[in-house]
Amino acid sequence: MQSRSSTTDTGTLAKWGQFCRSHPFTAVAGVILIVLVLAALLAPYLGTVDPRKINILPRMRPPSPQAWFGSDQLGRDVWTRTLYGARISLMVGLMVALMSISLGLLIGMISGYMRKLDAVIMRVMDGLMSIPGILLAIGLVSVSGASFITVTIAITVPEIPRVVRLVRAIVLSVREEPYVEAAIAVGTKTPLILWRHVLPNCVPPLIVQATYVAASAMLTEALLSFLGAGTPPEIPSWGNMMAEGRIVFPIAPWIVLIPGCTLALAILAVNVLGDGLRDRLDPKIAKRM
Amino acid sequence: MNTAHTPASETILSIRDLSVALPASGDRSYAVQDLTLTIHPGEIVCVVGESGSGKSVTAQAVMGLLPKGQLQPSSGTILLEGEDLLAASPDRLRDLRGSRMAMIFQEPMTALNPVLTVGDQVAEVLHIHTTLDAAACRARVLEMMRAVHLPDPERMIDAYPHQLSGGQRQRIMIAQALILDPALLIADEPTTALDVTTQAQILKLIREMQVRRGTGVLFITHDFGVVADIADRVVVMQHGKLVESGTRDEIILRPQHPYTKMLIASVPSLTPPARAPVTGPVALETTKLSKIYQSGGGWFDKGRIVRAAHEVNLSLRRGETLGVVGESGSGKSTVARCIARLIDPSEGGIWLEGENIATLPQARLRKHRKTVQVIFQDPFRSLNPRRTVGQSIIEGPTNFGLSEQEALERARDLMALVGLSPDALSRYPHQFSGGQRQRISIARALAMQPHILIADEAVSALDVSVQAQVLELLDQIRVKFDLALLFITHDLRVAAQICDRLMVMQKGEVVEEGATVDIFKNPQHPYTKALFDAAPGHDFARSH
Repeated sequence: MQSRSSTTDTGTLAKWGQFCRSHPFTAVAGVILIVLVLAALLAPYLGTVDPRKINILPRMRPPSPQAWFGSDQLGRDVWTRTLYGARISLMVGLMVALMSISLGLLIGMISGYMRKLDAVIMRVMDGLMSIPGILLAIGLVSVSGASFITVTIAITVPEIPRVVRLVRAIVLSVREEPYVEAAIAVGTKTPLILWRHVLPNCVPPLIVQATYVAASAMLTEALLSFLGAGTPPEIPSWGNMMAEGRIVFPIAPWIVLIPGCTLALAILAVNVLGDGLRDRLDPKIAKRM
Repeated sequence: MNTAHTPASETILSIRDLSVALPASGDRSYAVQDLTLTIHPGEIVCVVGESGSGKSVTAQAVMGLLPKGQLQPSSGTILLEGEDLLAASPDRLRDLRGSRMAMIFQEPMTALNPVLTVGDQVAEVLHIHTTLDAAACRARVLEMMRAVHLPDPERMIDAYPHQLSGGQRQRIMIAQALILDPALLIADEPTTALDVTTQAQILKLIREMQVRRGTGVLFITHDFGVVADIADRVVVMQHGKLVESGTRDEIILRPQHPYTKMLIASVPSLTPPARAPVTGPVALETTKLSKIYQSGGGWFDKGRIVRAAHEVNLSLRRGETLGVVGESGSGKSTVARCIARLIDPSEGGIWLEGENIATLPQARLRKHRKTVQVIFQDPFRSLNPRRTVGQSIIEGPTNFGLSEQEALERARDLMALVGLSPDALSRYPHQFSGGQRQRISIARALAMQPHILIADEAVSALDVSVQAQVLELLDQIRVKFDLALLFITHDLRVAAQICDRLMVMQKGEVVEEGATVDIFKNPQHPYTKALFDAAPGHDFARSH
């Protein structure tokens, strides 16, 4: 038995290797994302200076060997600010994905399994879904001030109903499975049924959903920051950088283009990775391809 | 049927040395190996075999419908009226399908498009292969629908598939297949999803259409009763190879190959053996048990009411097997699920150990969960694919306070009891065959040490040879643990073999009840008589 399980382990590894070969874009996207995460984590050690340091003399210097990405209109180093901006962007993506998936999972399981609560929960979700995320963010910011947490909450709330709907649909189909009925028949209590028999079925589609949520959260954060309703201006974020560079775009386009392209690359990578994971984790779609 | 001296030029279908290769990862190298068979005009050739015998692959190979990239004919020829189908271009095959060869499938609901009227779907064949105008098409379709004995064709032609019964849908499929008078009709388990009474009508219809039009029929089935009713010649397949072929009487009365003998011996006889009445204590009683489903409806409208089960009274003794037989929609599964409290009964009582559990809330029901256990129909869905067999079996006992170690000990004993190796506990369900999984389900039920076992169509999804083994196992454990067995089935042959008493249900009501032997010898209710008449293979039963 022991040897058998170890062969399946190498089998899984080999399968992932084969998958990467047959889905080269997914592999590339994964690598890009890893590089971005490492860059964000190791930002202080990658030839950067203080991202908030204003330096009047070298203003709007174009990219050069000394300052790889040039400097902005306040003389701040764009390379430094791009790396520190990655922290905000990736963090928002991660936090929103984690929060909306975990809350959505909880609410979705309750809604799908406890039919009496279902109608109420789903109407509340419909209500939440009808709130435009950007308006909610602007509203929250005007009440409690711009901060990382406000932005994260504002982006998370409208994402939750989408996750709830996904989870609820899976729960509704799994609860009819004979093995769930068998579990009821042997006296397994409801929370344990949800944990043992229902939850594992939700995980693969949720991983895929999480990537889409993360990508759209990163985009929304950049948009909010660009509009001035996102992360406060003293924190370097890609949206803030683009908003500030916008005025001087004709003379110093790199101030907008560098964070803009990085954002596009990051979102593309997350989305492509999500598509790849979907092919890998959803056998129905994988078979069709 | 005098096929022996029909000239070769008159064969409709001639398959010679056909082999279909399986992908390298399969457990054998060929799905079909060196298969040779011929079909003459007006002849029904039955291909019989258990699952995995390659009978459906043969049909797909003829139709040119093998899944691309997975299955590939590797050698041999398939001649349809002298034309080599394996050499034909995809365009030519498309031309031939529908006009010279046609196919009907097992599941008439999924084989029809739900958003098109059935008339349009039959007419589609005409649009593709003929130049008839709309009015002429409609006339042909109506004529065909009359020919397959659909009631009120003028109205039904504009109906959608969901508005038709299963039997009517299969008639539509047959109309669609035969409207252009193909030389060859392939029927892939066309009656397996139907009730016996409907099955008998559809078999009669296929017979009638085929005689009138001289169609050659390749009829794929696993059911020897159907073979006995419909076949001219029989081809028996096992693991992709032909093991025996001959006329119906040769195969059924004088089988030569041990596999054929085993298959025929596994078919339960329609004559129940004599059984002594069981006198054990009453384990379960229901009184006026009813389940009403209400669909639709709102504040002002009560919606549609369906009486799935209506005032069912039954009593079941320890050591007794009570069979509940009926067709789909008769309410037999509803009764079983109410007793197991998987659904809540609407009215009536379920008496277990002196307590009425019909209305007990879940919390107080829990101690009774040990008493009643269920074995489900579908062995592929009744075990959680993500949990090991061991985890599935010990789930129940650990719910009731047994330590994991003790539960595993019990599971090991039970695995041996149901004829599986205790090592199998650490494996996953997908590593087992259907019959093995059903054994695991039985072990899981027994792990709770129940007094009452409900088998809800527990052997219906299994091949006959496996079915016979599982039935034997059920009977053994009934004796060993003095179980009360509630056996839900649509299969009269199975019921005859295993049940002490029978309850016949129709439309939610019990229409007849009594000792199995008495009911089989002398059925009283017209519905019971109709069920018995419709059971396929009466000749077979007598000769068998």
